[in-house]
Amino acid sequence: MSGQHTLPDLPYAYDALEPFISRQIMELHHKKHHQTYVNALNAAEQAYAKASTPKERIALQSALKFNGGGHINHSLFWKNLAPAKSENKGNGGSLHEGPLKKAIVEAFGTFDNLRKEFNTTTAGIQGSGWGWLGVNPQSKRLEIATTSNQDPLLTLTPVIGVDIWEHAFYLQYLNVKVDYLNAIWNVINFEEAEKRYLDAVGGAKL
Amino acid sequence: MSLHHTKHHQTYVTGLNAAEEAYAKASGPKEKIKLQAALKFNGGGHINHSLFWKNLAPTSAGGGEIPSGALKEALERDFGSVDAFKNKMNTATAAIQGSGWGWLGYSPTTSKLEIVTTPNQDPLLSHVPIIGIDIWEHAFYLQYKNVKPDYLKAIWNVINFREAEARFLEAAKQSA
Repeated sequence: MSGQHTLPDLPYAYDALEPFISRQIMELHHKKHHQTYVNALNAAEQAYAKASTPKERIALQSALKFNGGGHINHSLFWKNLAPAKSENKGNGGSLHEGPLKKAIVEAFGTFDNLRKEFNTTTAGIQGSGWGWLGVNPQSKRLEIATTSNQDPLLTLTPVIGVDIWEHAFYLQYLNVKVDYLNAIWNVINFEEAEKRYLDAVGGAKL
Repeated sequence: MSLHHTKHHQTYVTGLNAAEEAYAKASGPKEKIKLQAALKFNGGGHINHSLFWKNLAPTSAGGGEIPSGALKEALERDFGSVDAFKNKMNTATAAIQGSGWGWLGYSPTTSKLEIVTTPNQDPLLSHVPIIGIDIWEHAFYLQYKNVKPDYLKAIWNVINFREAEARFLEAAKQSA
């Protein structure tokens, strides 16, 4: 397992999320940024396997966290996006009646409230990072959280992740983060989100 | 440059003013502490970008040229050569795991020039800033995309070494 990670294929074409996320961004984001995390994670794991002292291992922790987190986060991200229903391309952006919608209403009042709170919290990150909707493993309720840089989400079980690193939107949205955050809800894969939600509330693992 | 200055830096200025107004009205330690993040982020953003614009210069105005003098000598003394300094600065800056800044800084304790990084918009506090390089993606992405090293190589053509030397001389004087 160590040092053998590979870049997962996107579940859709590079232009499938248009007009909400451009083909150019998807190509760079997947083939360059995510690939780089995979390569560096493998290198860090190989170095870790050879490390013989606690000090050497500790020295490798930040590379493992940054690149491991980058790989985890982006792998989750591609799967919680889908071509937009509004474009007749897929099911993206469409939240059907069901346990996830029920849980969203319970936790946030309305779906609109979730989006508003999520976007405000995510836009408020001071630097690079991720916005998350996740399940609290104790209460089993949905909560919003953020992680900085490529830190993986550890306190909640991830249901939806949104990348707010500038590389995720800048070529298309420039400095106008809020436009990206409004647009991305059109391509959120609520079917995948519901699967994760049901796993999280059904099972006991984080 | 246009977006970076009229949008990003302006947003830090606006955010800093708002945070300072709120801080002036804050009634207790808890409220003040709550405002620290906004003051640090926007204050740091304003400080860092203000330094940045001044340590850049068009090539027609001497950008990229390092005059013979105290700064050049100190770089050669502390890094071996100016090229070695640039390489070390680029390596350190490219390695930042997230957003941040690469700095050439003057250490008031050792009197040496050292390379330091700060995350996000944290200002450089441990050293006197001599040259700052913004490595937030907004600083280069439209032109260089994911290829950070190309941006870091290119920017040396517009580093204002005369401003850097002025900062260095002032810093050296202060700690003498």
